[in-house]
Amino acid sequence: MPLIENGRIGEDAWSFIPDGEPVPNDRPVIISFERWQADRASFDGRNAKLGVRLKSGTLAGAIAPDLDRFALVALEFPKFRDGRGFSTARELRERYGYTGEIRAVGHVIPDQYQFLVRTGFTSVEAPEGTNPESWANALSEITVAFQPSLDETEPLSLLRRKLGLAG
Amino acid sequence: MNHIAPGARAGIYHYDAIDRRFVGERVEQFRKQVDRRLAGELTEEEFKPIRLMNGLYLQLHAYMLRIAVPYGVMSAVQLRKLAEIGRTYDKGYGHFTTRQNLQYNWIKLEDTPAILNALADVDMHALQTSGNCVRNVTTDQFVGAAKDEVVDGRVYAEILRQWTTLHPEFTYLPRKFKIAISGAASDRAAVRVHDVGLLARRNEAGEAGFTFYVGGGLGRSPFIGKLVREWVAEEDFVAYLEAILRVYNQYGRRDNIYKARIKILVHELGLEKFKAEVEEEFARLRGPKYRLDPAIVAEIRTHFAPPPFEDLPETSDALARAKAENPAFANWVAVNVAEHKAPGYAIATISLKPPGGIPGDATCDQMDLIADLAERYSFGELRVSHVQNIVLAHVKQDELFALWQQLDAAGLGTANAGLIGDIIACPGLDYCALANARSIPLAQALSARFADPVRQRTIGELGIKISGCINACGHHHVGAIGILGVDKKGTEFYQITVGGDPTLTTAIGDILGPSLTEEETVDAIEAIVEVYLAHRTEGERFLDTLARVGHGPFKERIYAAD
Repeated sequence: MPLIENGRIGEDAWSFIPDGEPVPNDRPVIISFERWQADRASFDGRNAKLGVRLKSGTLAGAIAPDLDRFALVALEFPKFRDGRGFSTARELRERYGYTGEIRAVGHVIPDQYQFLVRTGFTSVEAPEGTNPESWANALSEITVAFQPSLDETEPLSLLRRKLGLAG
Repeated sequence: MNHIAPGARAGIYHYDAIDRRFVGERVEQFRKQVDRRLAGELTEEEFKPIRLMNGLYLQLHAYMLRIAVPYGVMSAVQLRKLAEIGRTYDKGYGHFTTRQNLQYNWIKLEDTPAILNALADVDMHALQTSGNCVRNVTTDQFVGAAKDEVVDGRVYAEILRQWTTLHPEFTYLPRKFKIAISGAASDRAAVRVHDVGLLARRNEAGEAGFTFYVGGGLGRSPFIGKLVREWVAEEDFVAYLEAILRVYNQYGRRDNIYKARIKILVHELGLEKFKAEVEEEFARLRGPKYRLDPAIVAEIRTHFAPPPFEDLPETSDALARAKAENPAFANWVAVNVAEHKAPGYAIATISLKPPGGIPGDATCDQMDLIADLAERYSFGELRVSHVQNIVLAHVKQDELFALWQQLDAAGLGTANAGLIGDIIACPGLDYCALANARSIPLAQALSARFADPVRQRTIGELGIKISGCINACGHHHVGAIGILGVDKKGTEFYQITVGGDPTLTTAIGDILGPSLTEEETVDAIEAIVEVYLAHRTEGERFLDTLARVGHGPFKERIYAAD
């Protein structure tokens, strides 16, 4: 499936290993949170990068104690209307200080891309056949924001139009 | 775009170049989204929330477009534009809603980009009037004018309007989210039946702060908002709300649309647990990033500076004379005019509830006239109230008579604000795809039955609210008399509740008895009124008498024959 990064189709170094299938040790893989819970000891001593995939009902707190084990956290959107992932990403970043990759997987549409970026996602696994142009446009269509994004820390950034940042 | 300045003196938020750029970008974005839908790139399922967040619904017979009127306040220039749109793209009228917005019920999908462009010409849009996002924040229709006002709610409603606009985290919530603010001693904004209800207050040092009620709402499971925090300081206003929304977005139910509102979360989690979750988030969010800087508040406040009031005596001799000479005018003043904080001024309510009329409907000619009158008598500004009337908030007492004469000549002089004829009704089965029964004909029959102004005043304060289905858009749960339309094997029936109250003494009405046909309902309401008049003691409102005597006498009278 096409990987969207910085508004463009990018190379995906990661692969998701479904539960039950053997986990290769020589390349970056994503496993399910359930597998991690059931079988975490089997990943001790692993050198290649590990990622974990959370269902939308699994909130940031569940993975928080183990975040240093993962170079990537994938958040599932079962339906694009299920917006829990936006809060989960933000909690991972703001509350638990996670600095690795956060990836949106599942049903996500380009119209949500700017929100994803602003809440801390770094990449999106877009559905097959998606129009890359729509993802590229999605980041530049709206140039005014009224709330702080994740990377902003200035106290006055709340209603950022005042700062003229968007002007 | 031919931008038209919406009126310098009106107490509205005045757009600058950045605001205009934003609205322009949103219109363009929606135009592209429509194109992508037509090209099949977006499925209907994907397009639906996008069109809803742009105010576009598909109703029974046509598209409905709901225009955002932020906290119900707009300028005469903006109203005139709404009239023009209604004339060009609808059937020559518009409908003012309980959300202090305006909707057009007969819109063609292909006209919507042009309509949105026309709206943008006067700094208006249809954003977030629908969808599972934070909706248009509502407030007291007398805001900035009421004598009992403590804090100007417009300032904070505007801050919330901005802060919730395309909020990246909270645009795909479990369900819609409605916030109301009241900053006066009397609650005219029904704060405790909103997802979040805010009472803006001042502490002993004179600083503004907020009491937060959470989890109120009507619909199929009505709840009264629960007190979650007695005092949130102004600088924490946004951080605290952000904490509430984050808890809701994570824990709110998504498995059942009927259980997805925050009221169900608060109910199922329990108030203490909910509070603890919010407090935990709040403690962490509180800090420079989410601190509401007093400089921002001060800047927003400049938009709502009081208009240039003249130095006038407290009372007007001209008004007293006109009242003495014209009993119909005197009656209108007694019923539709409220006290203003500035000496010599008054707040006038223009009733959109003429006997036999459709509550909240105004013709485009009437809208033009109201715009003219707002310019002549009220600094070019007007408000939409949540009871579906229009308010001119700053009228000189000296000029009330001239105002009333022009209103009366246009069929807008009905004296029934807060009385039995001032009925709230949802669009019902005449328009709405969700309705079980019609609301409008019943409202028309009732307002015609109680048309006599003397009789209305004798009856006194008594709100009737009608919903055509359990979703309760007509607020029937909080009507002193509430009416709910139900479908019984294809026939419309109506269930009567009594004792509802939308003010700070919030109460959900109780069902009086079995549902009735439309005709029986009108008679039953009249019977309720007669029983009340027979039992009331000096100075008792309907709700007071009901509380004292109980359902018994009312039930007996209506259902005795059964």
